[in-house]
Amino acid sequence: MLDTWRRRLLDKMFCGIICGLAFLSVLPLVLILGYLLGRGAASLNWQFFCRAPQPLGEAGGGIANALVGSLLLLGVAFVLAAPLGLLVGIYLSENKTSRLADWTRLAVEILQGVPSIVVGMVIYIWLVLPFKNFSTLAGGAALALLMLPIIVRSAEETLRLIPSELSEAALALGVPHYRTVWRVIVPTGLSGIVTGLLLGLARAAGETAPLLFTAFGNPFLSFNLVKPIESLPHLIFYYATSPYEEWQRLAWGASFVLVVGVLGLNLTAKFLTRRWRAQF
Amino acid sequence: MPNVLTIQNLSVSFQENIVVKNVSLEIAERKVTALLGPSGCGKTTVLRSVNRLHELSGRAKVEGRVALRGEDLYALDAILVRCKIGMVFQRPNPFPTMSIYDNVLAGYLLNGLKLSRSQKDSLVEESLRAAALWDEVKDNLRRRGAFLSGGQQQRLCIARALALRPEILLLDEPTSALDPKAAASIEELMVQLKDSVTIMLVTHNIAQASRVSDFTAFMYLGELVEFGASEKMFSTPRDKRTEEYLTGKFG
Repeated sequence: MLDTWRRRLLDKMFCGIICGLAFLSVLPLVLILGYLLGRGAASLNWQFFCRAPQPLGEAGGGIANALVGSLLLLGVAFVLAAPLGLLVGIYLSENKTSRLADWTRLAVEILQGVPSIVVGMVIYIWLVLPFKNFSTLAGGAALALLMLPIIVRSAEETLRLIPSELSEAALALGVPHYRTVWRVIVPTGLSGIVTGLLLGLARAAGETAPLLFTAFGNPFLSFNLVKPIESLPHLIFYYATSPYEEWQRLAWGASFVLVVGVLGLNLTAKFLTRRWRAQF
Repeated sequence: MPNVLTIQNLSVSFQENIVVKNVSLEIAERKVTALLGPSGCGKTTVLRSVNRLHELSGRAKVEGRVALRGEDLYALDAILVRCKIGMVFQRPNPFPTMSIYDNVLAGYLLNGLKLSRSQKDSLVEESLRAAALWDEVKDNLRRRGAFLSGGQQQRLCIARALALRPEILLLDEPTSALDPKAAASIEELMVQLKDSVTIMLVTHNIAQASRVSDFTAFMYLGELVEFGASEKMFSTPRDKRTEEYLTGKFG
């Protein structure tokens, strides 16, 4: 009897500790969101989304330049990284053992570990110095390098999990290998591939360091791909450290928008994985 | 009885590992020929070397000759061979992203062959009827196959193979992943199908081979031990190993 009582108590304690730790790990997110909501949401209004920052001393102004800039940068990065990442992911999942695949896999892993500031520096040397110009394209290229490993790995891992019986079924119908990959394997793994693309975007959206000396920043609204451009993380970095209250207010608002955007991408990815998962 | 497929002195090895040793078989037209033997005896490899699916695993070395109506299959393009020789696998593997309708037509759709709407409709109905699945799915042709039972999925795979009007249908233990009732319906289907198509059946189920096959090839350790009419082999096996396997002494 005593034993049962002790076991129950231990069980309760253990459960309590685990639940407590789980709560602790969620707490920071809740606090961040709450804080941002409190500080940032207040500054959200129509002007905030539609106008670039005004000169100091003038009231109003918003972050339209950074919003547009971030979207353009992510667009460029996506166009560069998505096709390449997808193709490399397919290659790796189709060639599990070849020497080149092993090296590629290793290279992708290392690329994932390269600090983003270093990526920015490399792009600075490759794309900024030769043209003597900071640009959206250079910023997008830096973000693309950060997205690439995420896209490659999620594509590879998803496609790998597809049973080989499925591609054998297609091959046994006389379907050539490339068509089997394109018409059977990729559609079957679509949810995982799209998830990887969204997670890559989410990762790139929050990066500041690689943009410091590639996209550089721009206080004016710009749509030009070969001129410097503002981005949300850079605006936050620049304005939050400024002494002006008006700018700090914009930084809080921008943080809120950025976090909501990234959160949205992550949740969409999660939802798609559940919704589109193919049944075998 | 004309032979549609001839296998002469077939040996298959993967790297240093010889899996099939000098096997010769004559496959009779519109009959069921069973390849019987314990697991690892090479029967699946023989089957896969007929539609050249063994080439996927790379490093496979094949000697000997496999001929379809006198035409060397290894001189042809593998893709053409696989269009003429259909295959059904151990585990039902319909394409999960396609509807039932598209699954039946997969051999055409995936190869980019154009069919008119009426051709498609009649081909789907004909193939599903031949696979004894039409009545069960005719109201759900546009739905994906995930809701089908295992046996129905397997019959869908058979319909998919039949839609290309193959000369030979290779069945690789088609019932081993199914419950007994579904397995029985597939066996019944095999007997019906041999009116129109030649069937090669790989199985380790002795009872199944005796129920559905006209000819049986017994393989053991990569060798063809005995080959002949099923009736005769199951009643009076010539080789001692066949007898021991059939009476359950090993395997």
